[in-house]
Amino acid sequence: MKKSKILLGTVIIAIVGLITVVAADHIDAPAAKGTTADITDFYAFQGENTSNLVFVANVQGLLAPTATAGASFDENVLVEFNIDTNNDNVEDLVIQAIPRDGKMYFFGPVAPSTTGLTSSINSLILPSSVAITKYGSNAVVAEANGMKMFAGPRDDPFFMDFARYGEIIGGKATAFNNPGTDTFKGTNVLSIVVEVPKARVGGKGKINTWVETKVKQ
Amino acid sequence: MKFNFIKYTTAIVITSLILVSCSKKDNDSEPLGPDFSGTYMQKDQMGRPAVNTVFVSANKKDEFNVTVPSQQNAKFQSMFETNLKGLSPAFANPGDKNALGQDAAAFTGLLATDVLNVSLDGKTTFFDGVAANTLSGRALADDVITVELILIFGGEDGLTNSENPTLSDDNVSANDKDFLTSFPYLASPW
Repeated sequence: MKKSKILLGTVIIAIVGLITVVAADHIDAPAAKGTTADITDFYAFQGENTSNLVFVANVQGLLAPTATAGASFDENVLVEFNIDTNNDNVEDLVIQAIPRDGKMYFFGPVAPSTTGLTSSINSLILPSSVAITKYGSNAVVAEANGMKMFAGPRDDPFFMDFARYGEIIGGKATAFNNPGTDTFKGTNVLSIVVEVPKARVGGKGKINTWVETKVKQ
Repeated sequence: MKFNFIKYTTAIVITSLILVSCSKKDNDSEPLGPDFSGTYMQKDQMGRPAVNTVFVSANKKDEFNVTVPSQQNAKFQSMFETNLKGLSPAFANPGDKNALGQDAAAFTGLLATDVLNVSLDGKTTFFDGVAANTLSGRALADDVITVELILIFGGEDGLTNSENPTLSDDNVSANDKDFLTSFPYLASPW
């Protein structure tokens, strides 16, 4: 009886381990995987106030509730929202977000001093900031310069049967289950949410946008 | 005389000590904000969901992350096309298209530049069934994976009559918590 319980426990741990490994591909590249610079998802959508656009960057995915209080933004990691307003896929504007001592500081939207793989923060720009919400507390939101800001743990908004997808790609299954199982159910991420007037990110028409994490050298 | 020498020397030394310590104190008492100096180097990037995960070969995933979007198409489109045909062999047939009317080259030409296209003029969604709204943003509730699966595996009539119905929907269509209608929009953590 006891032995079968142990065996069952081992099997469950093995299954959970397998799912975690497979799901960790959501964290896609080896160099970023498991680091504080892991981007899990990026969203950009019209706000409740339709004159505004909302950007969401999530990092450090697959946080179990028990691990969430201990997770924190890294002061060496700059999160940069890139905005291309003339369709050449080069950023014309950036919104930079970086934490210091319990607060998330936001710079921009502003033209970057340089485009591409390296960034610096223009110390002449006055940042806006919001206190980083602690796990278990109500969301702390700040408003400044027409922007709304949030930073802190949230439910991972992504949903997918990633484990089954991994089995299909790995040749272990040929079809999705119905119903499927949300691999990200019950897990959290660290989120940065910023809402800005559309007028400050291009005004009208289409923009191209992407998010980057950059590590201090 | 000697006494005066000692007196003045001592006075000078003490004065200089005071001056030095004063100037040091002046520096320390300046209202210094947080230090944002330094150079920050690219580690990870993302535009559309799951693009690196699905279309980039394992040995290129890091390289993709440090290639600026304006250079991604030239560097990676052919790899995307090869990998798409590996996933969904129908795309290798001449004239085969997805539900957006794109053949393998056109579809991977779109995807290889990993940016999110966003409309500033109205509805923002990855895909909602209305052609004009396609790739006008990514909203929290968008079932982006099913959309991508339809475009990869569904064929020309993927939206209504998929060529591979059991591969065109992961049958997870909504988040495990309701989103908020107001800022910050994402649900509270578990």
